[in-house]
Amino acid sequence: MRRSIPRTLTTFAAVAACSVLAACGGGGSGGGTGSTASPNNSPSSAASPSPSPSASEPAETGGGESGGSIEVDAVWSGAEAKTFKKVTDAFTAKTGIKVTYSSQGDNLPTVLGTKLAGGKPPDVAMLPQPGLLEQFAKKGQIRKADADVAAAVKKNYSSIWTDLGSVDGTLYGVWIDVANKSTVWYNTAAFDNAGISKAPKTWKQFVADANTLSDSGVSVPISIGGADGWTLTDWFENVYLQTAGPKMYDKLAKHEIKWTDPSVTKALTVLSKLWSNERLVGDPKKALQVDFPTSVTNVFKADAQSAIVYEGSFAAGVISSSTKAKVGSDAKFFPFPSIGGTKTAVVGSGDVAVAFTKNPAAQKFLAFLATPEAAEAMVSTGSFTSANSSLDPSAYPDPTIRAVGTQIVDAGNNFRFDMSDQAPAEFGATKGSGEWKDLQDFLANPSDISGAQKKLEADAKKAFK
Amino acid sequence: MSTPTQPAAPEPASGAAGTSTVTRPPRRRRGRSGAGRGLWFVLPASILLAALVLYPIIFSVIRSFFDAGGHFAGGANYVSLFTDPETLTAVKNNVIWVIVAPTVVTAFGLVFAVLTERIRWSSAFKAAVFMPMAISFLASGVIFRLVYDQDPNKGLANAIVVGVHDVFAKSSQYPGARPRDPKQLVSTDDGYRTAQARPAGATAVQLPLVAVPPDDIPDDAAQAETASGSGLHGTVWLDFKPGGAGKSSAIDKGERGLPGVEVQAVRDGTVVASTKTADNGTFAFPSLTSGSYTVQLPSSNFREPFDGVTWLSSALVTPSIIAAYIWIYAGFAMVLIASGLSTIPRDTLEAARIDGANEWKVFRYVTMPLLSPVLVVVMVTLVINVLKVFDLVYIMAPGSVQDSANVLALQMWRVSFGGGHNQGLGSAIGVFLFVLVLPAMILNIRRFRQEQR
Repeated sequence: MRRSIPRTLTTFAAVAACSVLAACGGGGSGGGTGSTASPNNSPSSAASPSPSPSASEPAETGGGESGGSIEVDAVWSGAEAKTFKKVTDAFTAKTGIKVTYSSQGDNLPTVLGTKLAGGKPPDVAMLPQPGLLEQFAKKGQIRKADADVAAAVKKNYSSIWTDLGSVDGTLYGVWIDVANKSTVWYNTAAFDNAGISKAPKTWKQFVADANTLSDSGVSVPISIGGADGWTLTDWFENVYLQTAGPKMYDKLAKHEIKWTDPSVTKALTVLSKLWSNERLVGDPKKALQVDFPTSVTNVFKADAQSAIVYEGSFAAGVISSSTKAKVGSDAKFFPFPSIGGTKTAVVGSGDVAVAFTKNPAAQKFLAFLATPEAAEAMVSTGSFTSANSSLDPSAYPDPTIRAVGTQIVDAGNNFRFDMSDQAPAEFGATKGSGEWKDLQDFLANPSDISGAQKKLEADAKKAFK
Repeated sequence: MSTPTQPAAPEPASGAAGTSTVTRPPRRRRGRSGAGRGLWFVLPASILLAALVLYPIIFSVIRSFFDAGGHFAGGANYVSLFTDPETLTAVKNNVIWVIVAPTVVTAFGLVFAVLTERIRWSSAFKAAVFMPMAISFLASGVIFRLVYDQDPNKGLANAIVVGVHDVFAKSSQYPGARPRDPKQLVSTDDGYRTAQARPAGATAVQLPLVAVPPDDIPDDAAQAETASGSGLHGTVWLDFKPGGAGKSSAIDKGERGLPGVEVQAVRDGTVVASTKTADNGTFAFPSLTSGSYTVQLPSSNFREPFDGVTWLSSALVTPSIIAAYIWIYAGFAMVLIASGLSTIPRDTLEAARIDGANEWKVFRYVTMPLLSPVLVVVMVTLVINVLKVFDLVYIMAPGSVQDSANVLALQMWRVSFGGGHNQGLGSAIGVFLFVLVLPAMILNIRRFRQEQR
């Protein structure tokens, strides 16, 4: 009896400690993977003449074998991953280098951070934000692109893509795909009914056409998804890029100029005139209740009350999945109208491929990604658009996506990344606060331009430290 | 030399203890190891408590005195807690929540519990009312987001409101239609009125309108024509040809009249006659042959259809979310109160009835006092629950009104993780919430102790 009690106690304590530390289950399975991993590792290390000096070593010299292999991480899954497989297959066919792709979803930045901390980064990763490129480069965690890659990028892309792939003048990455956020989608039936035969090219014509649509009985010609703040930041970015130009855009994106700058006033004045016109955009209070998918379906559903919706090329996906309208016939797009005679300018986003290891196969892969051949495979399914100017536009599967893609190439050096994506998340990507909220308040009360600017500046100041 | 003596020393002692008496040593041992045993039993729980409850609390308190970057900030976080307008809205909303939600939920629970006691299908009814408790807050939030949808074809709440409204007020024939030329037909409170008075009978009054969707035009609408006649006359037509062609403010071929539009003749600010347009859009007042009149199209022609209430607007969002909360928790209150009701001795109630008390008096003076301990427990539990409400608000409030619907738990998350990345301020809000919950906790603990005695 005396003995048995302490024994049960100790077992109980052990169980308790296990549950606290979660060590029992984890330890067991960890040991299991360890034991299965070691036999796999030992033959390979036995086969290679030199003993492996460190844990990070295999990743860096993984391509040492003939042909070689690389590991690639990106956010794509499903149809997008299948498309990317075409690219890697073409690469393997050409060079004999094997590519292992793993999809990390939206967690990619976190996963990369963990892998780097563990000393086993992938050979190549597609970073979804320009900010990440800079962050990794400054920490010295990514490898600079070699001469072949630089030559391929220079040959096949506008010069801005060399700049956007570089940090402090050193080229690191290749922009493998670029999405276009300067597309305005419209209901062709509504345009036909109103007698608008040509899509508007200028802002003036755009507003005039919206008025014509209103006269024809469309109750809210321009649909705005104000419940989501990011749709409004996209509106602002397109207008600002047009009215202030790319140079000022870059400055505002870095918060080198204040949001109270006259250039912002000018852009907000343009928006204010449109957003305060209830005949064109409806009651702003109602627009603030409409989320992005609804703002698209409002234009393309049966018995639609709206005719135009501005949002990036991904709006086409919503049109196909949530309405009966066909992209290309019932639903078409025109480039964001030019304000005051400016040249084509495109706001967008993209993925940049960078090498994390010294594996030479990784550089070969980057160089391949910059070729029109890779771009052709990338755009062949309609999931992606490319900024590769050597790409034959006929590679796009349908005319609509082709137009979206050529618009990016046409914009050339007038391409800019989504400004709110470049800002700290606190300012540029938070539901209910920062830029999102400030522009929502502006939509609710478009006459208060200076008030909106003051709020934007105050919030930006807090976020950019 | 010392080693052999040392083990030798305790041995005789224990041996002496073991052999001297039979009864004492076990007792002593039991007493000593009993306390030790108690400690052993408490240890796992206290380790768990310390690791999972105590440590986070202490760490939060400490963290709340540091800023976002981890530098010591003194009480700055607590100052901004009570000066930041966003947090103040959250505090204000929390107060509304704490006052309204537990009270209404308990009231509903009480009513349901008392009423279901008497009906035959009470278990079925109780199961139905309790059902929402089986759904997570997140799922309920998604459901209610749909219930409150602005579009009456999707949102249940607006479907009901619009349905009831349309029974009493019919929507108009040409909602949203407006004059082609706002200078010719001026908008007034009563409708659209011609800017200039026209002498009766002289020329036809042309009243071109636009912004009529093709679907709104009745099938019997005919090609618009210029009216003729002796009295005041004119035409109301849709001055918009499919295709957008045609001259502005002139009747073109293919432009149709708008039948059934009410037209009023106004003289010196009062309506003297009214008529409706024909299929070709013409109207005439044969009796008005002298004097001059302004022609008015009353606003009843163009009234926009009622499209319900914007439930999730900044003004209504908090009450709307509280309503969803009540839907979820009424069953919880009902079940607890019903079990409390079943413990009330029947003879007390019967005694009151025999003494001549009516049902209301029995309820008010016998049931309620006997039930009050249960009611307090329900209320306090709900208060604690309401103070930490987060998911319903996060899911239901659209981004544009999240600020207006904000509550402390949501604000805590927003400043710490939802983009704010200021875990210092977040901790301060957490500590503040903890302080708010404390009185309710203490009250609950006291009750438990009293019950145990």
